[in-house]
Amino acid sequence: MSSVTQKKGFGAHVWDYLTTVDHKKIAIMYLAAGTLFFAIAGFEALLMRIQLMFPESTFISAGLFNELLTMHGTTMLFLAATPLLFAFMNAIVPLQIGARDVAFPFLNSLGFWLFFLGAIFLHLSFFLGGAPDAGWTSYASLSLYSPGHGIDFYILGLQISGAGTLISGINFIVTIITMRAPGMTFMRMPLFTWTSLVSSSLILFAFPPLTGGLFLMLVDRMFGANFFDHTMGGNTIIWEHLFWIFGHPEVYILVLPAFGLFSEIIPVFARKRLFGYSSMVFATILIGFLGFMVWAHHMFTVGLGSTANAIFAVATMAIAVPTGMKVFNWILTIWGGSIKVTVPMLYALGFIPSFVAGGVTGVMQATAPLDYQLHDSYFIVAHFHYVIVGGIVTALFGSAHFYWPIMFNRTLNHKLGVLTFWVFFIGFHLTFFLQHFLGLMGMPRRVFTYMGGQGWDLFNFISTIGAMMMGVGVVLLVVDVLLSIKSKPVNKRDYWGDGRSLEWAIETPLPFYNFKQTPLIRGYDPYWIEKEEGNKEGMVYAEPLGEIHMPNNSILPLVMSIGTFIAAFGALYSPWGDQVQAGTATGASPAVSLALIIGGLGLTIACMIIRSVKDDLGFHVTVKEIEKIEADLAHYRATGKKGGNK
Amino acid sequence: MSHETHVEVRTQAQYEYDKAHSKAHMRKQVVNFAIMIFLTFVAFASVVAGFPATFIAPVILLLAGIQVVLQLYAFMHLEDRSTHMVGVIEFFIWSGGFLAFTFFVAFTTIIWWG
Amino acid sequence: MDLNQKFTPQTWPKHPEQATLEGKNKIVGLWIFLASDTVLFASVFATYIALKDHGPAGMTFAAKDLYELPLAFIMTMLLLTSSLTSVYAMYHMKNYNYSGVRTWMGITVLLGLGFLALEIYEFQHYVHIGFGYTQSAFSSAFFTLVGMHGIHVIIGLIWISGLIFRNSKRGLNLYNAPKFFAASLYWHFIDVVWVFIFTVVYLMGVLG
Repeated sequence: MSSVTQKKGFGAHVWDYLTTVDHKKIAIMYLAAGTLFFAIAGFEALLMRIQLMFPESTFISAGLFNELLTMHGTTMLFLAATPLLFAFMNAIVPLQIGARDVAFPFLNSLGFWLFFLGAIFLHLSFFLGGAPDAGWTSYASLSLYSPGHGIDFYILGLQISGAGTLISGINFIVTIITMRAPGMTFMRMPLFTWTSLVSSSLILFAFPPLTGGLFLMLVDRMFGANFFDHTMGGNTIIWEHLFWIFGHPEVYILVLPAFGLFSEIIPVFARKRLFGYSSMVFATILIGFLGFMVWAHHMFTVGLGSTANAIFAVATMAIAVPTGMKVFNWILTIWGGSIKVTVPMLYALGFIPSFVAGGVTGVMQATAPLDYQLHDSYFIVAHFHYVIVGGIVTALFGSAHFYWPIMFNRTLNHKLGVLTFWVFFIGFHLTFFLQHFLGLMGMPRRVFTYMGGQGWDLFNFISTIGAMMMGVGVVLLVVDVLLSIKSKPVNKRDYWGDGRSLEWAIETPLPFYNFKQTPLIRGYDPYWIEKEEGNKEGMVYAEPLGEIHMPNNSILPLVMSIGTFIAAFGALYSPWGDQVQAGTATGASPAVSLALIIGGLGLTIACMIIRSVKDDLGFHVTVKEIEKIEADLAHYRATGKKGGNK
Repeated sequence: MSHETHVEVRTQAQYEYDKAHSKAHMRKQVVNFAIMIFLTFVAFASVVAGFPATFIAPVILLLAGIQVVLQLYAFMHLEDRSTHMVGVIEFFIWSGGFLAFTFFVAFTTIIWWG
Repeated sequence: MDLNQKFTPQTWPKHPEQATLEGKNKIVGLWIFLASDTVLFASVFATYIALKDHGPAGMTFAAKDLYELPLAFIMTMLLLTSSLTSVYAMYHMKNYNYSGVRTWMGITVLLGLGFLALEIYEFQHYVHIGFGYTQSAFSSAFFTLVGMHGIHVIIGLIWISGLIFRNSKRGLNLYNAPKFFAASLYWHFIDVVWVFIFTVVYLMGVLG
């Protein structure tokens, strides 16, 4: 039953991961996949920076540069940051609310596989005739006329992985709403759970416009529709609206869980209750709401008219208020605390000034007249990297150190972690701080080279050195992860000694059912309350030891995702595509294309039918089995030997 | 959190009461249905009758809005306050509705006419 | 949960769809999905409004002359009625009367099929007179919006008839009650969307 206490062959392990519905294992898969794509996208960024190191460099061609910048943005946002945050949401949220699994374990697995196969599909473009090259925004006026299949890969890959993200989002919302342990009221939920809830709600409302927009682009490019083609009455601005209605909330989808992670890290290492909990919750919800009302600030220079620009400018500036509330609350949590500067805390301390810098330049751009100057310059690049690297990547790295003991029962090295932080952090500021000035000096973004002697050479050179330092930092982190595999198991609860929320109350390694008895939550920071009362078990229970109901594993999510993957190839090689008919891309015969689409979707639908027809009631773990698993785990913690204590 | 289901046996009197109650409720649903049909017909007739467009457009949108509320609260049982987490459900549905409204406003005002 | 647990109308819970944790999750989850689907329809709806009557220079089709109002009215009536019949099915589910559920869900499917047939006829008619999918931005937007609703109808029909067939022998239990309830919620949602399509696309289209 428990993978911790029993030895298994390699094949059995692989099968276990392919079919698993356990949120802890899905978290590990998200973490691995996210790291892979993070590394790929980071490598693309390095190539671009090397190209821009010197003026008029010929390291890579203009076309390849366009592909790299498109894939870097797309991959980082959709395929690296999102899954990495999902990894922590999967690993931690059920533990924080006292649940044994998520609300829809099957859908959780389906969400992961759709995301993963969509991502693979998108990356196959490099080998099948060229990657997308119209920027991660893929504006219709560019992408409709992009030759080859690049944009088609973008559309179909994002359609599939976007569906996976939406499914995961719904799953998290329902989990947080219905699966909370007794006593875990909304206003007692840890802030990471709160931000996961709000971020999932944003996914819920932001991904449909993207799905819609991508579908319109799909039929425009591949099946002859005319949504964005002005000669047929279409309107290219519609894509921009649909994209940014999605695209702006997407930023908050990513940054809110990052805020949540820091709101977990800071109180633990300041050894103080989070300052202003209810205002933090309120600010999170307000940011989520305002995030939807500001999308047109990405389109100030399109010419929507001064009224529209004024409305969206004011709404955008309003977001600074709840964000500022959060920043002050973090500072006031640290203020007067008994601070321990561990690696996660180091990232948190680095995060606050970096993110504030990114936020302030954001308010500058919200001023529509100024945005006419800043638009499409390196200032924008500097701004959003300060928000994304300074806000999200620091959160990911910090929480990797923070939650590693719970997720893997191992620790990441402290000294190496500190070194990684400084290398990465200094590299980050070297890379992006100077780009503000490059932008103000007039260097446009998304250009593959520039003329020398305009005063840009030195800053570009330093920027590239910084990017290389960031690359070294990431390599160091990976080394740290590899070293941790051989390190000593943690085998205890509350690794950091000052854990406050429920996830720290469980002894690692965790049994697959998380809680042998459902806990009873007696207040905010439940574990802290129990510790103060001297409760050695870390929690009080809401029920006696009894049978535990758990979901069955299933291979269907993987097969369903493969079905969509096959169908996507059918649509990609549609003989009715604009580019196929123009002769710039290869198409299949109508029969092959249709067969792939119908066969692929048929496979998916067949799986859905199997899923509905076959009753899946899960299984029960009896009290005897629970006692045995608990005894085995105790034996393992004491002796380090697997295989039970017969 | 428990996966156990508690089945309680209702007394004969309680059972009869519940049955009568849901029967009366079903009658109300038929009335709701009649209202919806009527509203649809009014909207249809006012267009066919050819009143001025500036008058009809807001009126039929209002009628559609009433129908949607009826569907959500009567047919989809949102009025039943014992539905699990009904407040949260309402919050999400109306947020969706509000966003839908925002899209309408945006796409009728700030997309160019070409 | 025990599938073989036998119920009488008296032991059958008052809210069978929410008697289990799975049932509660399913209902809340479906509602959340519907909220998301609302936004999906809103995006395509907004696109349709923006592209209405837009086409290549000299396009002869305008919504004013194109739409067949009486046909759309009949379709609306069919779908509205099918909404009521699925309410009847849920009423019988509460009373632990499976044959009632089956009959009324069956009628719902028939009405849905009628709706679908009329829609296919309508589409085929438009294509026949030259208003095909690729004819203009307007035609693409119209077929995408109404067709997306049509696909929802098809999914709903497969879903409901699948439930009827799968459970025809074993009747109601606490495992399939939430499934019936969820399918009926989905079906009502399809009707909600159609109310807007009828009003905004057809009625306001004819207004010009």
